[in-house]
Amino acid sequence: MEVDIVCVGFGPATGGFLHTIAPKLAEMETPPTVICYERADGLAFGVSGVATRARGIRASFPELDPAQIPMAAPIREENLLYLLDPTGASRRSVPVRMLDGIAGIARDNHAVELPWIPGFLRKDGGLVLSIGQFNQWVSEQLMMTGAVQVWPGMPVAEPLIEKGAVVGVRLADQNGEPGMDIRAALTVVADGPVGPVGRRLDEHFGVPPDFERNDWAVGSKMVVELPSDCPLAPGTVYHTIGFPEPDIFGFFYVHPGNLASVGIFVPSWFDSPVRTSYRYLQHYMMHPFLWQYLKGGKLRSWGAKSLQESGRRGEPWLVGNGYARIGEGSGSTNVLSGSGVDEAWTTGVQLGESVLELMPEKAPYTSENLKRTYVRRRREGWLDQESRVAENARNGFQRGFLTGLIGMGLAGVTRGRVTVHANSRASQDRVQPVERYFGGRIPAAEIARIDKQCRTDGVPLHDRLMDRVGWPKIPFDGELLVSHQDALLIGGKVQGAAGFGDHVRFVDHELCELCRRRICLEMCSGEAIAPAKDGGAPVFDREKCVHCGACLWNCDNIQFAAGGGGLHSAEN
Amino acid sequence: MSNSFHIVVCGGIVPDPLQTLEPVIGPNGPALKNELLLPHVLDPWAAHALYEAAHLAKAHAGSKVWLVSLASKAKLQQVMMTVAQRVPLELVAVDGPSGGFTDSFEVAAALAGAIEAIPGLDRTRLLLLGGWESASRAAGATMQMVGERLGITEQFQGVDELTVGEDGSLRILERVEGGQHQVSVCSGPPAVLGWATGNLPEPANSPQIGMQNMRLILPALQKAKAAQVGAGCTFANVALPKQQRETRMVKDTPVEEIAREIVEWIVAE
Repeated sequence: MEVDIVCVGFGPATGGFLHTIAPKLAEMETPPTVICYERADGLAFGVSGVATRARGIRASFPELDPAQIPMAAPIREENLLYLLDPTGASRRSVPVRMLDGIAGIARDNHAVELPWIPGFLRKDGGLVLSIGQFNQWVSEQLMMTGAVQVWPGMPVAEPLIEKGAVVGVRLADQNGEPGMDIRAALTVVADGPVGPVGRRLDEHFGVPPDFERNDWAVGSKMVVELPSDCPLAPGTVYHTIGFPEPDIFGFFYVHPGNLASVGIFVPSWFDSPVRTSYRYLQHYMMHPFLWQYLKGGKLRSWGAKSLQESGRRGEPWLVGNGYARIGEGSGSTNVLSGSGVDEAWTTGVQLGESVLELMPEKAPYTSENLKRTYVRRRREGWLDQESRVAENARNGFQRGFLTGLIGMGLAGVTRGRVTVHANSRASQDRVQPVERYFGGRIPAAEIARIDKQCRTDGVPLHDRLMDRVGWPKIPFDGELLVSHQDALLIGGKVQGAAGFGDHVRFVDHELCELCRRRICLEMCSGEAIAPAKDGGAPVFDREKCVHCGACLWNCDNIQFAAGGGGLHSAEN
Repeated sequence: MSNSFHIVVCGGIVPDPLQTLEPVIGPNGPALKNELLLPHVLDPWAAHALYEAAHLAKAHAGSKVWLVSLASKAKLQQVMMTVAQRVPLELVAVDGPSGGFTDSFEVAAALAGAIEAIPGLDRTRLLLLGGWESASRAAGATMQMVGERLGITEQFQGVDELTVGEDGSLRILERVEGGQHQVSVCSGPPAVLGWATGNLPEPANSPQIGMQNMRLILPALQKAKAAQVGAGCTFANVALPKQQRETRMVKDTPVEEIAREIVEWIVAE
């Protein structure tokens, strides 16, 4: 099938792109055919609560009324909290314990509110959003223009590359039939940081000399219906550090309708090999400071997503003949301000403006033409200038939590002139074997016994090891505190769409047998990867996969291909 | 002889059944909590009917499928993004509430009116398909009333299979008690078929079908007329069922184990 422009993935970046071009296309007598394919089975699949400055979004919608977007509200109060450890189970270094001691003097509910939030972190004048609702709102407007088509439930397998140019995409195979080829003059690649199209482009065309994508995080969050007597007003924002582990950051954003987004980020520099985001999220919610607002609440949705945390260092070649890359997968996330949605949206707008510039010229979408339009806009805009400041802001976390905080502070205050130097290592290169990480806390022989039992039971290690080192049991209440498996159902719709094959494969099964870390199954956000009872490669159950992609960046021995389905909850 | 059909499928939309739904009393009567935030799907019962319609149309050249849907336009548009990739169809949209807190009589009147207004519809070749029941309201009465309003006397409910004979006759399997089917034969359309689950799987997504359908879907949504639904009845009370879903996902559980748990549950109740 032939179209003029094909977009891969529907998120904020593609939203910005299509929103920019659609009104102009609608005015044309014979507009080009523009089509977008999205893997998830709905356009509200996005998994994130967002607190954003929304500069790019507001520029696209000058008359924006947040009340028109479900779950959106202007930010009215922003707080930064240092959370102390009320459980005694958090793994805290000596310097962090000293910090705890100092902070403990002024604590309230095991939390210290910092009196000042650095300017580079603040979201003044911004919005609290649900990314799922925002995407859906944008898609409704796009479809009503009639100028573009957005099709969910259709994963894209790979780019079509001929004679050094991208000439379209190949859709994923369905029901044993080969996926259809969609040929296009321009392929807009916005399939995120773990998308198969972007990764294939990197493999085929290579990456810039300084390209590096070692820093990642899994964002795991819930939308919670707050108790009716919760005093927090819509637009209230809490950013947190310090708990459940020092390396794990968290957030609590209050939406209209007595809803809140609560979530954590488990980063690749957190060296635990049992880095389950789901259980940590539950401990996070039960921290006394947050629990005073959440107790009595009800889970409405849950989800998880990989975040590319290398920012501009992870910027691939932005354009080539026949293609352009936008959004998070193009390295647009600002790792200093912790902001990605507005930046992704802005990259889409920049590409949209570039396409509108090239169309009247009837200029082909060559690398040269896309460089003089899209790449130029990107380099001249605020997004790129700020991402350069942020480029090395998180280096310090490679050396520890406090060094990381100091590094961020230095980068922010000096506008990127002074940063902490650290050798960046990929997650699987730095994470420790279980015996070493828990050395001194659990004898190796006991770990071996637990490991054997977990293999027999077909479950990951993390729950039993966390129990063993003192993390309290989660008191399931069936409302907000539910099992991981129940969260898959209560918190959204997880399903392996019919007709598509397994998208996670283990390449070398013998390597899996020898692996002493097995982060793939410990970090799996949906418990879709489980140990095989008879040894060998883990078992993958695509009906539970939420497509977070954490397995991909935690292990080189995994193939993560295009697949249908995944988590879909409109309230995310 | 030619056995082509004009197939009209009545299909509403419902919040995805896998979501947590909670009825509340709003300013305009009962509604589902955060209904506008919830992802919606084509009513699963009606979806079976639509897939059967597509199969029938494909097998009988010259046939055509219309999907008549009473739903909020914004939500219907979202659902169409998925449905329209699967089945060649022409959408007839009627703007109105779809949450299940409506009166079947009013819904049937709105649907019948929309069907009567379809240009070029040949009522002598009409097969009126829909869900035997609905995921939002299991009254099972709407299709019957739509058929009556259209003057169709051949009506079948709980249909699992339709076979078209060479002479154009319709052989229909309807569900009856005891896991059995009642076999009926009628000479041909017009007929009403309220589908149970049918036998067909969900069709694969097709980019070409999607593009073909989309040319007509947007205009259909834009010219959707508001239905007079919801004023004719009042709901004294709405509440969740006493029995709540308790879901566990356990693979390869032996049948005996499942049976034992069910018996335990029944005894406990």
